[in-house]
Amino acid sequence: MSYWSKTAETGSALCISDILAVLYFKILHINPKKPDDFDRDRFLLSKGHGASALYAALAERGFFSVDKLKKYRVNGGIFHGHPSKEVAPGIEISSGSLGHGLSIGAGMALVLKKSLPKRKVFVLMGDGECNEGSVWEATMFIASHKLNNVIAIIDDNGFQGFGKTSDVHTMDLATKFKAFGWQIFHVDGHNPVQLEKILNKAKTSSRPCVVIAKTITGKSIPNIENTLHAHYYIVDEKTHKNHHEK
Amino acid sequence: MQIEMENNKDIVFLTGDLGFNALEPLHQSFPDRFINVGIAEANMIGIAAGLALTGKKVIVYSIASFLTMRPYEQIRNDICYHNLDVKIVGTGGGFNYSTHGITHHTIEDVAIMNVLPNMQVLCPTYSWEAREATKSMMKSKKPTYLRLGKSPKTNFFKPDFKFKIGRGFVIREGKDILLLVTGNILDCGMEIAEIIKNKTGLEMSVISMPSVKPLDKKLILETSKKVKLVATLEEHSLHGGLGSEVAMLLSQSHLPKLPFIPSALPDVFIKDVGSRDFLLNKAGLSPKKVAKNIIKKLGR
Ligand SMILES: Cc1ncc(C[n+]2csc(CCOP(=O)(O)OP(=O)(O)O)c2C)c(N)n1
Repeated sequence: MSYWSKTAETGSALCISDILAVLYFKILHINPKKPDDFDRDRFLLSKGHGASALYAALAERGFFSVDKLKKYRVNGGIFHGHPSKEVAPGIEISSGSLGHGLSIGAGMALVLKKSLPKRKVFVLMGDGECNEGSVWEATMFIASHKLNNVIAIIDDNGFQGFGKTSDVHTMDLATKFKAFGWQIFHVDGHNPVQLEKILNKAKTSSRPCVVIAKTITGKSIPNIENTLHAHYYIVDEKTHKNHHEK
Repeated sequence: MQIEMENNKDIVFLTGDLGFNALEPLHQSFPDRFINVGIAEANMIGIAAGLALTGKKVIVYSIASFLTMRPYEQIRNDICYHNLDVKIVGTGGGFNYSTHGITHHTIEDVAIMNVLPNMQVLCPTYSWEAREATKSMMKSKKPTYLRLGKSPKTNFFKPDFKFKIGRGFVIREGKDILLLVTGNILDCGMEIAEIIKNKTGLEMSVISMPSVKPLDKKLILETSKKVKLVATLEEHSLHGGLGSEVAMLLSQSHLPKLPFIPSALPDVFIKDVGSRDFLLNKAGLSPKKVAKNIIKKLGR
C-alpha cells in the first residue's frame, strides 16, 4: 500500500499488523456481514496513522474486498492515511489526531456495560500517543467508573515522531497505569499465540486492562526495523518485490 | 531560525514531537534550548507561557491542525490574555497533508487565531515572504501565529518590497479587477489573472497578503476604489479568514458597493482522497473555476 501510493507511516502500520491479525481473526466478536450489529465488540484504532494495517485487516476478514486496498491514498481513492468512519464498513471511528480513542472508548463502554455486558471495547494506542494528557484523563475516568469492559492495547515500539519514547518521558507506562488502578499485561506483540492468550485473559478481568505489547517498528523490513526512520519510510521497488516473492 | 537562536540566547524552541529530517540541526546546536515536549500540545502551550512569563521568547512547533485546535484554550488564556512573546509555528496549513485525511487538513486555523485579541496572524507564501515573515515575527514581542504551507517554487519578489507585519504586496498590477490572496495558493492566483486576461482582456491586480492580522486595510481600500470587482483567494474556510475580513472591511467603508467574490473552502468536510491539487479542484478552487466565477459575475 505504501509502495503504490508512495506514502509513509509504514513502520507504524507494520508493528501493529500481528496484533490486528489476532484481534480480527481470534478475539473480536464481529460479523463482517453485519458490521453495524449493535451486539459486537468495538475496536478503535486510536493511533490513526497505522490505518493501512487496519484496512488490510478489515479486507482480509471480509468487511470489503481486498481489491479496494488499491484505493489507499491515491487520487479519487477511498482510504485516507488516517481512518475515516464512513468510507468502508468496519471502521468504528475517524481518528488521526492522537489521544482521542480512549475517551471515545470510555463513552462506548459506559453504554455497553449496561446493555451488553459481554461486549468489549478495545483501544489501540501508540506509546508516544500516551504523552497526551487526555489519555490519562480517560484512564482515571475508566477506573473510577469500573469499566472493566475496556481493554487498552499499547503498541510499545519505543519510538514516536521525533525520537525515542524514553527520551521524551522517563517514567514507564505500566507503573502509571497500575497507579491508576488498571490491571497490566505484558506481551510480545509479534507472537500470535501469546497475544491470543493474554487478550482472552484480559477479557475476563474485573478491572480495566492494559495490554502492553512489545513491538518492533518497521517489522519485516530489516533495513528499517527499530529505527525512527521506519515511521517516515516509503516502500521502494526492491523491498516491494522482495516481499512479494516471499 | 538557527541564526535567530544564535543571536538571542533567550529564545527557546519547543516541538510537539515533529520535525523529522528538518529540526535535527537545531536540536544539536542548542541542546538546552530545544525541547521535544512530546505529543502533548496543551502542555506545550502552557510551558511556553511559563517560559515567556519568566523572560524567554518562545517558539512552539507542530502540525498546524494539532497546534491550533488541541490547545486552543491555552492559546487564548495563557498566551493571548497574558499577551506573551510566544510564536506559534504551524506547518501544513490548508490541504498540504492531503492524503493524510481530515484530521490533518487545516482549514479553520486562520479563523480561530484571527478572533483572538492580541494575536498576529501571518500566512506567507513563497520563500522570500516566509523568511521575512519569520524575521519580523522574531523582532515582534506579540503573540503570533505563523502558518506555513508548501511554497510554490516561483519567486514573486520585487526589489521595492520591504516586509512589514500588516503590509500587503502588489505582485501583479491591473486596473480592472483586484484579487487578494493569502498563503500558499498565490501561484493559483497568478494563473487566474492570466486566464482572465486571455479570455476577456481584463487586467487583474494580484496582491499577496502574508499578514492577515493586522490586515493592510489602507492598501485594500485604495486599490478597491479603482476596480470593477474585488475577489479573495485562500486555502481556508470561507468563514473567518481573509475573505470574511475583506468583506467586513468593504461593507463598512464609504466605497460604493462593488461585486465581491470570496474564493475559499466550503463549509463541509471534504472527504475525497487525493493530492492537494486534487482536493483544491474538488473544493472548487482550481484556477479555471475561480476565473470562470469572476468572469460570470462581471457579465462577460
Ligand atoms: C495530537 C497529535 N499530535 C501530533 C500528531 C503527529 N504525529 C503522528 S504520529 C506521531 C508519533 C506517534 O508516536 P507513537 O504513538 O509512539 O506511534 P508510532 O510512531 O510508534 O507508530 C505524531 C507526533 C498527531 N497525529 N496527533
